[in-house]
Amino acid sequence: MASMSRAWAWLRRNALPIYAGLAVAYMLIPIVVIAVFSFGATPKGKLTFGLDNGFTTEYWRSAFSLPDLNEALFTSLRLATISTLISTAIGTLMAIALVRHRFHGRRLTNLLIVIPMATPEVVIGAALLSMFIYASFALGFTTLLIAHVMFSISFVVVVVRSRLIGFDRHLEEAAADLYAAPLTAFRTITLPLLAPGIIAAALLAFSLSIDDFVISNFNSGTTVTFPLYVYGVSLRGVPVQVNVLATMLFGLIAIAVSLVLWQQRRAEKMASVRPEQEATPMPVPGVA
Amino acid sequence: MSLRQRLVPYWLLAPGLLWLVVFFVVPMYFMGELALRSGSLTSGYTFDWAWSNFPDSLSGHTEQIVRSFFYAGTATLLALLIAYPLAYAIAFRAGRYKALLLFAVIAPFFTTYLIRTIAWKTILSDSSPVVGVLQTLSLVPPDGRVLATSGAVIAGLTYNFLPFMVLPLYANLERLDLSLVEAAKDLYSSSRQAFLKVTLPLTMPGIVAGVLLTFIPAFGDYVNAQILGGTSQAMVGNVIQSLYLNQRNYPEAAALSFLMMALILAIVMVYIRFAGTEAFMGDEEESA
Repeated sequence: MASMSRAWAWLRRNALPIYAGLAVAYMLIPIVVIAVFSFGATPKGKLTFGLDNGFTTEYWRSAFSLPDLNEALFTSLRLATISTLISTAIGTLMAIALVRHRFHGRRLTNLLIVIPMATPEVVIGAALLSMFIYASFALGFTTLLIAHVMFSISFVVVVVRSRLIGFDRHLEEAAADLYAAPLTAFRTITLPLLAPGIIAAALLAFSLSIDDFVISNFNSGTTVTFPLYVYGVSLRGVPVQVNVLATMLFGLIAIAVSLVLWQQRRAEKMASVRPEQEATPMPVPGVA
Repeated sequence: MSLRQRLVPYWLLAPGLLWLVVFFVVPMYFMGELALRSGSLTSGYTFDWAWSNFPDSLSGHTEQIVRSFFYAGTATLLALLIAYPLAYAIAFRAGRYKALLLFAVIAPFFTTYLIRTIAWKTILSDSSPVVGVLQTLSLVPPDGRVLATSGAVIAGLTYNFLPFMVLPLYANLERLDLSLVEAAKDLYSSSRQAFLKVTLPLTMPGIVAGVLLTFIPAFGDYVNAQILGGTSQAMVGNVIQSLYLNQRNYPEAAALSFLMMALILAIVMVYIRFAGTEAFMGDEEESA
């Protein structure tokens, strides 16, 4: 009896961590399933449950043996790279304007950035398709690129903006005091300090783009991206190579994100040992 | 300040604003225009102020609309119940595992949304041990299935949008001043009272933000219903997708997505009116 009540007490005390652990497990289950089943031998090379037929590295060795899948993946990578470059550049400029400058129409600008993030993807896809139909614009890589840049911009602004807000402006002022031209100060001081934020934003834009199915499905025409390929084959059975490539992509993005997070933490630690960090920021002429 | 200096923010904003206006706002206009056309696919659709498309698009799909509210609502509630303790544990009990747990929360984003959902399809498939366990527990009848039921779609929606609930809750809890909770306990309130009267009201902004960020995409989603559901689990998103891409009944499809956009916009505007753009932008907005 005593041990029972002790167990009960332990359970009560640790209810929260146990619950949290279960919740995290729930979030990770599908990822584990995708990775584990990439090693599962199946009779027809199509995804089925379990490893009944044994363990094999066959599909890892033949990861790039399906021409359609390769082409779709290549299209996705090309699309994600170009759309990330454009949306990160555009979004960073917007974030700088929002944090560093006072101007009329700020509220409207904020709204224009927020609303696309709150709009269901199906509506964004449908609206863009409506315009492309109206303009008789041929669907394909270009329309996909337009759409991907569009839905990435807002997220880039949010990420870069949050980095800019916790920014030590003294360094820039010091550069200005030392007669650096505004552009030189921006290039040598602001941009390097902002880099982690910009890289984080670019990573987010890249993963949003490579992940997007709904909006792409509306505006792709005959162009096939990685998610569109998966959707196309999902009715007939997904080749195990899809799991292999999904696992590879997961690994690459996870590594990139860890590096960014690690770098940010290091930067924060270094910043926190500087005593002047807590000092009240000097008023900046033309901004306040 | 010179005119040149005053124009700087507008130059910085121009590319992004232009992109968002041309490829987000203008498409909404064309979607509205398309919604007011009538005709048929063979004879073409002509603009003639066909207002009746709006009531028709609603009355023809009442079932899917009601279902979307029910599925998205249930999924949002479940996500809140899972996410709140998780976010609380990450904020206050995680210690040195905090970064790792946050990483786990965003990890699902590193794999394609579609592939994650297909993984759930595998997990819940008829031959899967998960279904066997549920059958043993009599939660599912012996000959019953999990796939192609409302439960499967709601589970998929809950899973896919869970991070959108956890992150705003965590951001809010992180800023919670624990000394207020201690003060409540010093004044002889029970843990339960302290939670209900102090913690919960103070984290209400996070709850509202999380609910919005989960409900909106869940309401518009069609991937979960398509992959995990059967024909009798279709949601509004499925209707819009099918009307646009399969039946090519553009006016009705446009009318329905226009109404969905109006509904979401109304919810978001009411929210922003009370809470500002904070939930979406991630930090306090300075008033211009």
